[in-house]
Amino acid sequence: MNTTPYKQIIEAAIFVAKKPLSLAALCRDVLADEGLTRQQVSAYIAEITTDYQGKGVELVEVASGYRFQARSHLSPWLQRMLQDKPAKYSRATLETLALIAYRQPVSRGDIEAVRGVAVSSQTIHTLEEREWIKVIGRKEVPGRPALYATTTQFLDYFGIKSIQELPPLDEALLAKLAAMDDEIVLDI
Amino acid sequence: MVESSTAIAKVNGELLRKVPKDLFIPPDALSVFLDAFEGPLDLLLYLIKKQKLDILQLPMQKITAQYMEYVDLMTTLKIELAGEYLVMAALLAEIKSRLLLPKLVMAEEELDDPRLVLIRQLQEYEIFKNAAEDLDKQPRIQRDIFVANAELPENIITTPLLAEVSLRDLAYNLQKLLKKAEHFEHHQIQREILTTREKMTHILALLQDGKVRTFHQVIDPAEGRRGIVVSFLAILELLKESLISLIQNNPLGEIYLSLAE
Repeated sequence: MNTTPYKQIIEAAIFVAKKPLSLAALCRDVLADEGLTRQQVSAYIAEITTDYQGKGVELVEVASGYRFQARSHLSPWLQRMLQDKPAKYSRATLETLALIAYRQPVSRGDIEAVRGVAVSSQTIHTLEEREWIKVIGRKEVPGRPALYATTTQFLDYFGIKSIQELPPLDEALLAKLAAMDDEIVLDI
Repeated sequence: MVESSTAIAKVNGELLRKVPKDLFIPPDALSVFLDAFEGPLDLLLYLIKKQKLDILQLPMQKITAQYMEYVDLMTTLKIELAGEYLVMAALLAEIKSRLLLPKLVMAEEELDDPRLVLIRQLQEYEIFKNAAEDLDKQPRIQRDIFVANAELPENIITTPLLAEVSLRDLAYNLQKLLKKAEHFEHHQIQREILTTREKMTHILALLQDGKVRTFHQVIDPAEGRRGIVVSFLAILELLKESLISLIQNNPLGEIYLSLAE
């Protein structure tokens, strides 16, 4: 019977880590040479998750790893503790971000085509500064515009593991759009 | 003015999409939310939604007239009006004029029917406008998600991680030292003959202060090839007798020696 308190080590490691802690990082750094398999570590994580049932904080998995966070139903109270109001983003920022998130990789031109207005450099800059988007390549067209995509930090911030977990686009509207495209094709 | 005449006809609040009642907002109020439009598509979409019109049935005359009203208002209130609004105004006017002209039944013309293109653009914009609203509702850090953190205990000491030093790494380090020694060979240093035991004592004495030393600090390349080999053997011997311990932070990293605990 091994006496090393693995479960406690994992729990503490996730708590003290400044960023979400991935399974890989846990196995590689924290539990190096302990001879635990990833499956075993995962099992401990599952146990911890169960242990925290009924507590004010919970263990969740986001894009870049595991983190402890306050249970969402406590937010109204926790919000009172904050001196600054949570950042509010302009519609321009949100629409740009939504386009990058759902249509990535996209160029500025792609975003402008949908929104019908120029995308301000300020908007892109804000999103880049927050590390929510990054340039992942260039479009091979004249001017070689940058192609933007969302980052893992973006997913972490919204508490999700992948883009698939974002709220789905409006099905009804998408269907209409598809029908519209068919119509245009038929006209040809 | 055209609008007010239709408003008079509004006696029963039932159906009739023709009644643009919602649109009648005092000009003061209007100026307040003009800022809120994210561009011409947004404004058009607003006009359409306000009247519960179907985008697909985009009534050009009506929508163009209303759009122009807004644009006029915006120009009077604000000197600077984004160019995009004017481009849209021109496009609307173009579409409207096309509709007024008798159709010459040109199949090719259908290809880039600006009205269809505009309708498509409006639909696509609507999807992402909604997506942006949904994204805003998505829980996020410091507003809906609060990340829990703990401090490290005070007694924590961040020492180099103790890791097994493989013999391969030791051999590699020896190799490096031997190479280094080559540079000293031509100095013709008169070296004293050191035995392994002697060297062991020497290393132990060196480590006696409890400090951690690197492999290179313990073995002096100036002692030449033979001296290094002796030192190396001495280290292996000390290790075997558990008098010292070796620490390596990462693969191929520096190897540290210290007295065994």
